[in-house]
Amino acid sequence: MGVTTRLLQSVLVLLLMSFVVYGLMGLMPGDPIDLMIAGDPRLTPDDAVRLKALYGLDQPWMERWLRWLGQFIQGELGYSRLYARPVAEAMAPALGNSALLMLSAMALSLSVAIPLGILASLRPGGPLDRLVNLLAFASVSVPVFWLGLMLIVVFAVGLGMLPAGGVETVGGGGLADRLRHMVLPVAALALAGIGQAARHMRAAMIGEAGADYIRTARAKGCGPARVVLGHQLRNALLPITTIVALEFGGLFSGALITETVFAWPGMGRLIYEAVMGNDFNLALSGLLLATAMTLTGSILADMAYLRLDPRIGRK
Amino acid sequence: MRKFLAPLIVSTMLAAPAWAKDELAIGITQFPATLNPSIESMLAKTYVLAFAHRPITAYDASWQLTCLLCEKLPTIENGLAKVETLEGGRKGIAATYALRADAKWADGTPVTTDDVVFSWEVGRHPQSGVAAAELFRRITRVEVKDSRTFTLHVDKLTFDYNAINDLHLLPAHIERKRFEGAPSEYRNRTAYDQDSTNPGLYNGPYRITSVVQGSHVVLEPNTYWGGTKPGFKRIVIKAIENTASLEANLLSGGIDMIAGELGLPLEQSLAFEKRHGARFNVITKPSLSYEHLDLNLSSSLLSEPKVRRALLLGLDRETISRQLFEGRQIVAESVVPPLDWVFAADLPKASFDPVRANQLLDDAGWMVGPGGVRVNHRRERLSLELVTTAGNRSRELIAQVMQAQWKKIGVELRIKTEPPRVMFGDTVTRRKFPHMALFAWYSAPESVPRSTLHSSMIPNAGNNWSGQNYPGYASPAMDQLLDSVEVELSKDKRKAIWRDIQALYAADLPALPLFFKSDSFILPKELKGVQPTGHQDPSPYWAENWRWE
Repeated sequence: MGVTTRLLQSVLVLLLMSFVVYGLMGLMPGDPIDLMIAGDPRLTPDDAVRLKALYGLDQPWMERWLRWLGQFIQGELGYSRLYARPVAEAMAPALGNSALLMLSAMALSLSVAIPLGILASLRPGGPLDRLVNLLAFASVSVPVFWLGLMLIVVFAVGLGMLPAGGVETVGGGGLADRLRHMVLPVAALALAGIGQAARHMRAAMIGEAGADYIRTARAKGCGPARVVLGHQLRNALLPITTIVALEFGGLFSGALITETVFAWPGMGRLIYEAVMGNDFNLALSGLLLATAMTLTGSILADMAYLRLDPRIGRK
Repeated sequence: MRKFLAPLIVSTMLAAPAWAKDELAIGITQFPATLNPSIESMLAKTYVLAFAHRPITAYDASWQLTCLLCEKLPTIENGLAKVETLEGGRKGIAATYALRADAKWADGTPVTTDDVVFSWEVGRHPQSGVAAAELFRRITRVEVKDSRTFTLHVDKLTFDYNAINDLHLLPAHIERKRFEGAPSEYRNRTAYDQDSTNPGLYNGPYRITSVVQGSHVVLEPNTYWGGTKPGFKRIVIKAIENTASLEANLLSGGIDMIAGELGLPLEQSLAFEKRHGARFNVITKPSLSYEHLDLNLSSSLLSEPKVRRALLLGLDRETISRQLFEGRQIVAESVVPPLDWVFAADLPKASFDPVRANQLLDDAGWMVGPGGVRVNHRRERLSLELVTTAGNRSRELIAQVMQAQWKKIGVELRIKTEPPRVMFGDTVTRRKFPHMALFAWYSAPESVPRSTLHSSMIPNAGNNWSGQNYPGYASPAMDQLLDSVEVELSKDKRKAIWRDIQALYAADLPALPLFFKSDSFILPKELKGVQPTGHQDPSPYWAENWRWE
């Protein structure tokens, strides 16, 4: 399938996605003005009617979606109702924060998980394999919010070594300060991701271990290290590539729970607040960006498959 | 000598943070969406702006109306307010205010009547996006006497005629050009969001010098502030949504205090006090947040007043408050809190009385049936559904205790939780709750409960579901009392009407009163001068008095 076809498919998916998201948000009962009324005794029913009309919340969602689509096609993302600024301006800092956080966590997670998966696969059922399995299960099972809070309690409250939250010290503390603020959220996300990646790696490596080309390589006199790292690993990387591709969208949609626990102003919180606050422009832009990135990741994964295993292209 | 000097130096160094601290970091659970004082209604914005932007009048910590930007409150007695007769014989009022002579925006521009007129124009414009516009609609004319003195002509004479807390001044020299070109775009073009650190936007003791969206706001002293000199060189307000993280940030030194207005729920702060009370002052302040059960009076199970009274008498609210909140949540008898001067202390209290509750239910024809649940002659079970907000631990606990207590008088309670958005956007506002809804109303001192008790405020399809009288309470007597209390100027007569309102409320029970919630302020021991208010005007309105001692 050509790149052009894939791109056209992606556009269709994005269009469908915008329709579904808009529809689901539009069909959610209530709106932020109702919540505002409940929390502020000074607002009158007249105020509610006026504000709903002003923000277009009294219009059918289909009409609003068509209007939004028209603007979007012209490259106009509109204003964020929640942040009272252009959508791009509201998203930019959160996007940078999320990408930094997620990319670092993914890099750390993979750099630990891949060697662990390889080591575990060398002797399936052996002590190391069992230990890696145990760690992997622990990593998959531990809720990330609990892990985050425990890290804060130990390293921020108990030992006082690291800040409990935020992106940087107020007033700016330079690169070292930003890195210190990243340690705990990155660790929480990475620890939670290691298990899954290590399990996939291990399974893929074991799957490849019995393949004919491995036997042939050994018969040709390749050493164990060359067989594992030069032949087996290359083919076993295919499933990991899929995981990375699927998580590519996550780089730009953030991690809501981790961002909330560590007061990290990223895309996860931004999108959540936008959805709950009926900020259609912001929510749609954020979610469509994440979808577009996932689709891009998928295309990149296909290209990586071709590079890792040229037979896929010939099929 | 050295032997004595060394400990002295060390102790001095250790003591230094206590007196030398010139930065205060405050944790709150929400980040303000906009910083424009008039647009949107959000507690986080009110809190942050309270350091930097003052309204003309506000209620103080003793719940008395006071001048913040004006010289003197106009009253009929002091001659600054005059009753006017309007077309058709209606009564209106003309109230004259003088802005403080030392009131200045933080760029040095004086606060003038030009700002007053401009703010009124913005407020009354239907497309400006101003949230609470009732006051602006009622002001028919602003008469400018000079650069500091103005008279507001209001088309209705009410007892709170001199309270203009909602008239937040906007700096005309900055905002006028952003508003006049396209009023409907003003909410997107306001300098408060596009140029937030412009000093000319702020007239309080501090001004905003940095805003990091979703993270924190930094404030520094306004050099043109004419009042008491602020005690901190920098105040940082950090938004930390998760309350466990908020607590961890406090313990690790990331923040110095947690604001009561937007901080830990009471039960969490009580637990915190037990663990860390030696390090921090935990202050609980009863607020005007009225936790109650709205009853759907259209339900055949609840239409009988005896049943409603039995339900109230079957609740041991004192024990709930004591066991869940260490008695720091005041039991409510009506919509009026005991701290309000119009509270009628002489009215009888509906104390826990299960014997009387059982008797009332028997009298109403509800007899104990199979499984201990009461049934009526039509074999209907006295089984009620309670809807409350999901994720609110305190309400979920209260609901569970109520369930156990009512079971003892033969009433079955089914608890249902819904996200706030669903509950307030649909279930409650469209009166879809079958029997009961547990939530809170936040009000102001001496706030007339017209929107929640007047029969014209019952939401229905005909009025496009406007109004907050969710129980569907329609009482001509209550309507008449509400109409008269609003326009009664005599304090004595008003207090008598308020007493009648509370007595009628306690008799009719359109809702079951539970508690007045308490705000919890967690402050460092060294911080002095913070006075929790318990109402919608937050403590930082007096932040210039905060000191680190």
